[in-house]
Amino acid sequence: MTATTARSTAPVATLRGAGFGRVLLAEWTKIRSVRSTIWSLIALVVLDLTFTALFTLLNETQWDNNDPQFRARFVADPTSLILGGGLQLGQLAICVLGVMVITAEYSTGTIRASLLAVPRRLPVLAAKSIVFGLLVLALGTGVSFASFFIGAPILHSKAPVALGDPGVLRAVLGGGLYLAMLGLFALAVGAIIRHTAGGITAVVALAFVLSIVSQLLSGSLGKHMRAYLPIQAGGLITHAQQSQNDLLTPWQGYAVFAAWTLLLLLIAAILLRRRDT
Amino acid sequence: MTRPGVPMIEARHLTKRYGDKTAVHDLSFSVEAGRVTGFLGPNGAGKSTTMRLLLGLDRPDSGEATIGGRHYPDLPRPLGVVGALLEARAVHPDRSAYHHLLYLVQTQGLGRRRVDEVLDLVGVRQVAGRRAGGFSLGMGQRLGIAAALLGDPPVLVLDEPVNGLDPEGVLWIRNLMKQLAAEGRAVFVSSHLMNEMAVTADHLIVIGRGRLIANCSTSEFIARSTPRTVLVHSPDAGRLADLVVTEGGTVSHDGSEALTVTNLNAARIGELAAAEGLVLHQLTPHHGSLEQAFMDLTHDSVEYASAPARHTEGANR
Repeated sequence: MTATTARSTAPVATLRGAGFGRVLLAEWTKIRSVRSTIWSLIALVVLDLTFTALFTLLNETQWDNNDPQFRARFVADPTSLILGGGLQLGQLAICVLGVMVITAEYSTGTIRASLLAVPRRLPVLAAKSIVFGLLVLALGTGVSFASFFIGAPILHSKAPVALGDPGVLRAVLGGGLYLAMLGLFALAVGAIIRHTAGGITAVVALAFVLSIVSQLLSGSLGKHMRAYLPIQAGGLITHAQQSQNDLLTPWQGYAVFAAWTLLLLLIAAILLRRRDT
Repeated sequence: MTRPGVPMIEARHLTKRYGDKTAVHDLSFSVEAGRVTGFLGPNGAGKSTTMRLLLGLDRPDSGEATIGGRHYPDLPRPLGVVGALLEARAVHPDRSAYHHLLYLVQTQGLGRRRVDEVLDLVGVRQVAGRRAGGFSLGMGQRLGIAAALLGDPPVLVLDEPVNGLDPEGVLWIRNLMKQLAAEGRAVFVSSHLMNEMAVTADHLIVIGRGRLIANCSTSEFIARSTPRTVLVHSPDAGRLADLVVTEGGTVSHDGSEALTVTNLNAARIGELAAAEGLVLHQLTPHHGSLEQAFMDLTHDSVEYASAPARHTEGANR
C-alpha cells in the first residue's frame, strides 16, 4: 500500500495562520450566499418569538385553570418556561439547518469543489463548524433575550422575574449557547450520515427518541440515563435554578452536551479524512 | 507555463476497488505539459475514477498519483496547480455563479478580481448573479471551466467536458483546450467519443475495464488501429477480386460491382487492373471510421455490451 505510506509521512492537516483564515472566510461566503439558509434563520426568529408570546399569553390568561404543581414550577423558575416555549420550536429548525449545512454539500456535489480547493479536508469541517456555530450563537442569543423581554412582562403579574435575579442572565445567555451547541451536534451527525433525510432522522433519534426510551426505564437507571442524554443535559443551561429533580447543575449539563457534540465531531472528522467523496 | 514535454501528472500502478469490483487496475501513465492528452474509454471503463484518484477525492487501494511531483492533498494552493472539471456538477443550485467562484478564490487567498476575470474569460459575466440551478447545461459547463481556471493552473483535468453541449459549446471547449495546451499547460481530458478526441487530442491514453489499452500519439493510434481499405467499383469485379487475392490482398465481394479490399493499396490495385485491361469505375482509399477502430480495440472491455445485432448496427452508422 504505497499510497498510504506516502501519505502518512505528510504533515497532518494544518489549522494554522492565514491558511485557516481563508477557509473560514470561504465558509462564511458559502453560508450567506444560499438564500434558503438565511430564510430558515429568519423563520427561526419569527417562530420562536411568536411561540414565546403565545405560550406566555396563554399561561397568563389560563393561570387559574392550570394545575397547582405547574404553577409552582412556573413561579420557581419562570425563565426556563419563558425560554422553553420558543426553544421547543426553534431547536427543530436548528437541527434541520445544522444537518443541511453539511449534507447539502454532498447532495449538490459542492463537497467535491470544496475538497479540491482544500484537499486536507479537516479545515473545511472545522471552519464550517466555527462559522455555523458562531452564527447560531449570535442569532440564538438575540432570540433568547428578545424572548425573555417578550415573555417576562406578559407574566409579570403571575410570576415576576428580572434579568438581575439569580441565574436568570446565565439562563438567557444559555438559550443561545444551547442552540449553538445543538447546531454543531446536528452538523456533526449530518457530516457522518451525509444524507439530508437520514441525517435529520438520526438527529431526531439521538435528541428526542432516546429520551422517550429512557422514560420507559423505571427508577434510578432511567433517571440517570435521562440526565446524561444530550438534549436533556444541554437544556439545563436555560434553567435559572437547578431543580431538586436535576442530577446535574446547568453548567455540568452543558458540559455533557458539549462532550456528546465533540465526540460526534471527532467521528465526523475521522470519517471525512478516510472516506472517498 | 511549463516547458512542453515535462510530465505533470504521473499515475503509477493505480488500483481502485469498490467492493469486489475493480474499477481501475494497475494503471500507469503520465500526462505531459504543452499538449492535450485524451483519456479515452467506453462508459464505465474507469476514467472518472482515475481522475478522482488523481485529485485525491478517492484513495487508491494501491499505487499512487502525483501532480507536479506531489500528491494532490499535499499541494498548498491546489487550485493554482490543477484546475478540474468533474463530470457531475459541483455547484449548489441556490448559490450564484459569482458566489461559487468567490468562495473558491477565498480558499486560495486570491483576490475578488480574479472572479471577474474568469467570468469574462468564459463569457458568463452577465448571468453571474443568478442562481446556478437555473443555468443551462452549456452555462453550467462554462461555470465549471471558470472554476477550473481560477488559479491559472499549469495542469487541467477535464472529465467529459463536451458532454451534452450544443455544437457551439463543443467548438468553444475544443478551441479552449488547444489554446491552453499551446500556452504550455498539460490538458488531460476524458471522453468516450473517439471522433471528439481525434480532433482535439495530441496524445491518447485508452483504457477499458480499468486497464491500459493504448498510450500513444493520436496519429499513431489512428494508423495502428485502422485497417486501410480500398473501395473498388468495376464491371469485372469478379476477375479483379481473384487478381487481388493472388497478390495477397483480402476481398469482400457480394457479387455486385463493388469490392472492398484490405491489405493492398489503391495504386497496386490500379496497376493490376491496367495490366489486365479491366475497367475501373471507382478506386477509393478508405480510412475506415475512427470510431470503428476504437470500438474494435475496446470491444472486449466494454462493460455492458449491447446485443450483437444492435452493436453492429450502431457501429455501421
